[in-house]
Amino acid sequence: MKFSVTVTLKKDVLDPQGKVVQDTLQNLGMNNLKNIRQGKYFEIELNDTDQNKAEKKVDDMCKKLLANLIIEDYKVNKI
Amino acid sequence: MNSSVIVFPGSNCDRDIAVALEKMQFKNQMVWHKETKLPKSDLIVVPGGFSYGDYLRSGAIAGKSLIINEVIRAANDGCLVLGICNGFQILTETGLLKGVLLRNQNLKFINKDINIKVINNDTKFSNKYKKDQVLKINIAHNEGNYFTNPDHLKELNNENLIAFRYCDENGVVNKDSNPNGSLENIAGIFNSKKNILGMMPHPERMVDNLISNTDAVNLFSSLLN
Repeated sequence: MKFSVTVTLKKDVLDPQGKVVQDTLQNLGMNNLKNIRQGKYFEIELNDTDQNKAEKKVDDMCKKLLANLIIEDYKVNKI
Repeated sequence: MNSSVIVFPGSNCDRDIAVALEKMQFKNQMVWHKETKLPKSDLIVVPGGFSYGDYLRSGAIAGKSLIINEVIRAANDGCLVLGICNGFQILTETGLLKGVLLRNQNLKFINKDINIKVINNDTKFSNKYKKDQVLKINIAHNEGNYFTNPDHLKELNNENLIAFRYCDENGVVNKDSNPNGSLENIAGIFNSKKNILGMMPHPERMVDNLISNTDAVNLFSSLLN
């Protein structure tokens, strides 16, 4: 069973890397850019067959290590 | 006084702090991160460096290492813990200190001597300093931009848990004297029991006039006091 996890900075946390990417894209002539936020992406494969259990495990992984909940949010999707 | 310095793959200030501690007459031991027992310690130092190459987030992997459980237990029993630079980042990842160190606001790795001001001199770590004393000290980091939630920031101020603030050489704390964008120029904080200090500047680099100055000697002599 495979899941994707996306970790992004919370809305009110400054994302200087995203800002620089945005500025650079604007310099390349990409207009009408409203906002860019940079994040992290994980693909996690489990041997479990029970989807509920597997989702719980991935959720636990996010809370314990993959995301720092003070500054980051995460989203889990089955893929 | 017995001290232990925790060593992770990628630590690079571990020997500097060991030299500083021994110079100040601590009986020091180095402890590899895979150990599951700490030697008898009055002080545990989590040193600077790039533990695990800063993979995932600075300090995130080291914050879940085997020895860290022992550090957490010792800290909760009142043992003194000093986290320097990456060590500060690791302590926030363990939850021993609240908040987080974000990427420097200007996105640059900053390595330079700056000034900090002693905010609370009534602790085990700072009793040899005068209040508001200005120190010249080195910083060398990419993620030193301290951030925390408004409630904790209030607690830091109300409970006198801010150890140091970045300032200029006259002690003025403002935006111009803030090198990395830290909230309220915070350079170091204590936990609520004040037995844990996390700081981004490197005191181990300021104990010998031959290479810099001796502005951090009093931090170590405070601990011995």
